[in-house]
Amino acid sequence: MIIAERKPIDEIKTFVKGKEKILLVACRGCVTVCNAGGTKEAGILASLLRLDAAKEGVPLKVDELTLERQCDPEYIFELSPSMGEKYDAILSMACSIGPQFIASAYPNEKVYPVLNTCFLGGALAHGVWAERCQACGNCIIHKFGGLCPISRCSKSLLNGPCGGSAGGKCEVSKEIDCVWQLIVEKVTSDGTMDEFLSLELVKDWRTSRDGGPRKIAREELLK
Amino acid sequence: MTKELKTKSHLEKVLSLGHFAVTGELGPPRHAKASDVEDKVSHLLGNVDSVNITDNQTAVVRMSSLSASVLAQRKGLEANMQMVCRDRNRIAMQSDILGAAALGINNLLILSGDHQSFGDHPQAKNVYDLDSINLIRTLKNMRDEGRLMSGQELPEDGRPRLFIGAAYNPFADPEDYRVIRAAKKVKAGADFMQSQCIYDMDRFRNFMSRAVDMGLTEKTYFLAGVTPLKSLGMAKYMKNNVPGITMPDFYIERLKGVPKDKQAEEGIKIACEQIEEFKEMKGISGVHLMLVEWEHMVPVIVKAAKLIPRPNV
Amino acid sequence: MTMEASAFPGWEPKILAFCCQYCAYSAADMAGSMRLEYPTEVEIVLIPCTGRFDVILALRAFEKGADGVFAAGCLEGNCHFLDGNIRARKRVNFLKAELKSVGYEPERIEMFNLSASQGPRFAEIARDFTQNIVGLGPSPAKKL
Repeated sequence: MIIAERKPIDEIKTFVKGKEKILLVACRGCVTVCNAGGTKEAGILASLLRLDAAKEGVPLKVDELTLERQCDPEYIFELSPSMGEKYDAILSMACSIGPQFIASAYPNEKVYPVLNTCFLGGALAHGVWAERCQACGNCIIHKFGGLCPISRCSKSLLNGPCGGSAGGKCEVSKEIDCVWQLIVEKVTSDGTMDEFLSLELVKDWRTSRDGGPRKIAREELLK
Repeated sequence: MTKELKTKSHLEKVLSLGHFAVTGELGPPRHAKASDVEDKVSHLLGNVDSVNITDNQTAVVRMSSLSASVLAQRKGLEANMQMVCRDRNRIAMQSDILGAAALGINNLLILSGDHQSFGDHPQAKNVYDLDSINLIRTLKNMRDEGRLMSGQELPEDGRPRLFIGAAYNPFADPEDYRVIRAAKKVKAGADFMQSQCIYDMDRFRNFMSRAVDMGLTEKTYFLAGVTPLKSLGMAKYMKNNVPGITMPDFYIERLKGVPKDKQAEEGIKIACEQIEEFKEMKGISGVHLMLVEWEHMVPVIVKAAKLIPRPNV
Repeated sequence: MTMEASAFPGWEPKILAFCCQYCAYSAADMAGSMRLEYPTEVEIVLIPCTGRFDVILALRAFEKGADGVFAAGCLEGNCHFLDGNIRARKRVNFLKAELKSVGYEPERIEMFNLSASQGPRFAEIARDFTQNIVGLGPSPAKKL
């Protein structure tokens, strides 16, 4: 899923400054699962913003609404009835796709992103998320013992580990596992080292962002 | 080991004639003053066969390795121009390779490069389009097959005749895999390989005996990396803070045993003992002296280690 | 009991105590039956475990005029639901940071641990916490 985290409150306050009536739009997708932008987090943020406004003695009405997803127009348009409220700002709590879709659907509204969209990953434990994919558009993890060197090696090496791998950790930080240590251990224990060594991979980055913004259109699904 | 020469490299010639080679290292300045490079060259000239010119080492912005290499060569010292994969994509890399060859560079040493988080621009976007092994193969194909990665042909007299260098690090992890990775570089086309600074001689001997057994040293010249310890503090720092370097306690104890003002001297002594062993070690064709920002000590160490005069070939 | 005159005439602190039914709530009960004095400003909310104590509950309390909020749960290691009190403490710490980020003193929210038999301890907690809130004055939401 997409892992995101809330922006610092001071930055969010700059979005709200001078506004009297705002709408917080939460999302029931990835950002609910990673506890960043679901109904609950919207409730917390709404409360904090109201407390801040009360402290400053300025009027602020914060409404909250949760959409099923914000990456599908059919859900975005569920906002239409609320648009009659004439909000001074709409704060989306989805990944950055949400505020973009809202802004595009309602071009007259001022739309702000509440979250920083961080990476594609999963939960290692409750409250801990880690990156596992870089959306390079051409998955090769099966060649690396099921591990992704593109997203998990700090240098995206296809022939690692570099000389900075020490004690199973990356030279960048002791917080980062050296994925190449893990790959080597895996192919060693699998007994697939020979096959592994015969690989000569050069990444074709065209399928990644480097090929320009990507789009998938499937004829059989189009109306 | 006698081989037909692939390039005009002086280093290649020294190695191919069976001389025990000596390479040095020079870090370009963090400004545009050419005289800085030239001053450093003056300490190295005549004391080493060629000198590595680092490519924004530790991800700190410095004069480009190509420019500093040209400056060194103008002063008569052959350069081993370094190129890291951090800052260039395959377009820039191939372009710089062509340019380097055109400017008379004979040796190109390829590295992954320190991550930019170590340097003075941690905000930078990194590239790592190709990794070092991919780049070694790319250069070999340009030189020997006369082809760019795209397949574009290079005319016979327009191929980059570069002696291909690479790094090997027996001290990083996973330990058993290090020799395999070195083998990948040999297979990809490295002509010579220089190691990370060696302190853990046991681990190094073990690595080299495996490299010899695998036949790697028949195909590629292996040079042993030497950095004399300046002080007890430096030894401790390397032990605790530099990923990919192992520092045995007995060197630390040895430096503890001498007064502070004699530690540098002791460090040189240790380095000379290592060099003596490397001269005899099977599979080792030379030493790579890394005295970055201590270049003026190079004449001292090559004299003490009886590495001069350098062969005039 | 009324607290000694504060620097804010006419203001009486409003304090909400979220008390676990297995410990703090019984302790408060005991404090009452022992006729131990503690500030009447402390309003007790019964919860089944401090694991039920929620960030939103506390924030809403502040929005509705509370000057201080505390959660009181079992001694660490003695939670009826294993780790409800540990989780509550983490939430309280989270809330402290959140409150601070919008200019509220983090001391307005606290977590305490005690057992059901500690009636006097409950009274003491209630007195001390109230005293601290009086020291801080009215919630920033009400100061203007």
